[in-house]
Amino acid sequence: MRSDRGQRAPLGLKVAAACGLLFLHLPILLIFVYAFTTEEKSFVWPPPGLTTQWFAVTWNRPDVWEALSLSVRVAAISTAIALVLGTLCAAAVSQTRFFGREAISLLVILPIALPGIITGIALRSAFALADIPFSFWTIVLGHATFCVVVVYNNAVARFRRTSGSMIEASMDLGADGFQTFRHVVLPNIATALLAGGMLAFALSFDEVIVTTFTAGQQQTVPIWMLEELIRPRQRPVTNVVAMVVVLVTLLPILFAYYLTRDGDQIAGSGK
Amino acid sequence: MTSAVSFKKVSRHFGSVRAVDAVDLEIAAGEFFAMLGPSGSGKTTCLRLIAGFEQPTAGSISIFGERAEGVPPYRRNVNTVFQDYALFPHLNVLDNVAYGLMVKGVGKAERLKAAEEALSLVRLPGYGTRRPGQLSGGQRQRVALARALVNQPKVLLLDEPLGALDLKLRENMQEELKSLQKVLGITFVFVTHDQGEALSMADRVAVFNDGRIMQVGTPEDIYQRPNTRFVADFVGSSNVLPPDFVQRYSGQHRWGSLRPESIRVSNATSGDGVAARLVGTNYLGATTRLALDADGLRLHAVVPAGTSLPAEGEAVMLTFNRDSLHLMDEPA
Repeated sequence: MRSDRGQRAPLGLKVAAACGLLFLHLPILLIFVYAFTTEEKSFVWPPPGLTTQWFAVTWNRPDVWEALSLSVRVAAISTAIALVLGTLCAAAVSQTRFFGREAISLLVILPIALPGIITGIALRSAFALADIPFSFWTIVLGHATFCVVVVYNNAVARFRRTSGSMIEASMDLGADGFQTFRHVVLPNIATALLAGGMLAFALSFDEVIVTTFTAGQQQTVPIWMLEELIRPRQRPVTNVVAMVVVLVTLLPILFAYYLTRDGDQIAGSGK
Repeated sequence: MTSAVSFKKVSRHFGSVRAVDAVDLEIAAGEFFAMLGPSGSGKTTCLRLIAGFEQPTAGSISIFGERAEGVPPYRRNVNTVFQDYALFPHLNVLDNVAYGLMVKGVGKAERLKAAEEALSLVRLPGYGTRRPGQLSGGQRQRVALARALVNQPKVLLLDEPLGALDLKLRENMQEELKSLQKVLGITFVFVTHDQGEALSMADRVAVFNDGRIMQVGTPEDIYQRPNTRFVADFVGSSNVLPPDFVQRYSGQHRWGSLRPESIRVSNATSGDGVAARLVGTNYLGATTRLALDADGLRLHAVVPAGTSLPAEGEAVMLTFNRDSLHLMDEPA
């Protein structure tokens, strides 16, 4: 009996773990179920009947497409900006010493530590002061502030693990700055950037608070969902959109997970 | 004949720290040159000045007659074997070795062939498909060596390359590096804090201290005829003798040095010689190292194993050949 202890968890622990997982994931399954309900005004359990009509309805709603397209474009551009700025900032902070280095590293991380509502209000008053009308770019700017942090954190951690003499070795062997970046730096930080980029994309995609302050009349997917929940009309459409969002974001995140897992093995075995 | 590396009054200061201070240095082509010194003595900074990772604050450096100041590392025909090897973890061994040729635009087939040859040169043929992480410390060191040599540098810089290896491996690599250097005829510049390594491998040694070169010479010069107390003490822990002591035996009021193996120890209590007391013995295998106290002056003697020794605390008489007492240039 005793020798089994190391290998098998007791039944109570198994049940507790199962309950925990159910608690986390059952509500998500409920959302999926409600996407098939025949009752459109309120969510009743059990659903009075099952139908697939809401998929067709959703497909034909132009406001869904608009919100989805806006969200994807905002997330893509914010992530792209964050990848460039975050990587450059991480490289500067981890590879060189200069006056104000610690201050910069703190200032970069600050947006994610600050409550989103503060960032939102600050951006909104700044836009108002500078007389900038709300547009696609004001949302992108708002999202980029916290996307940069995510990329920066991932890149800085990887840079710290990358031996500084590797860059010198590359230069020593005849590679100029660009070649060194292309052949040595980028392959070593690529998986960290991918993971950071995926996370930044996901954060931007479901961001609500900063968006409400910088979007004006435009609707991203989360904002559209909030509005939809208030109006008692074709409610299951929201659930259909939720389902699609879950499926579409899950796949890249799984992909990123597998990529960084391999990448960690390579980086860990080096040096 | 042009020097491989020439330093003229080269200084490298970091703020108020004078890492390298007005150093003059000539390294001949084809020479195996060692820079020896304690950590922080400026030897590694000198190596980095040759590689191009540091720029001199003052003075001029030339490599085979060409001015080197302002020339970036990637435009110098000089390659480095790094202390931590700095292999690229994302490339396999063959691509690591071929890296220098790849960035210079050499075609794939040609560069892989050259890399394979370089691997054979360091006796690692067929290791090309492995990852650096799968190699032992000694093997990584050979890969780093092959990666530098494949570029056919005019000067090869080695930054404490044997520091991370265990004793047996280090001794093998010392011999191998020396024979490799003979075969290739490339100028090797080698940084180390291990005086034994410097003496056994190098054609000439420069002893560094506090950013300056204390002495340059053949291993024999450095060992037998140190010019300062620092060199005498650092290279093989010679006995440093104060001017008053030296005057009694040579008639000159100067600092002197005496190698531990030049001192003979006898049980005699009277007669010619220096009266001393044995305060400690240290068994080293082939030899025994004795700690002696000659009226307040601490001396060390090394005697062959098997010599009958007086007990600790006993009075002994020390004698030495007058010729082996070396007078140093350093002013008294």
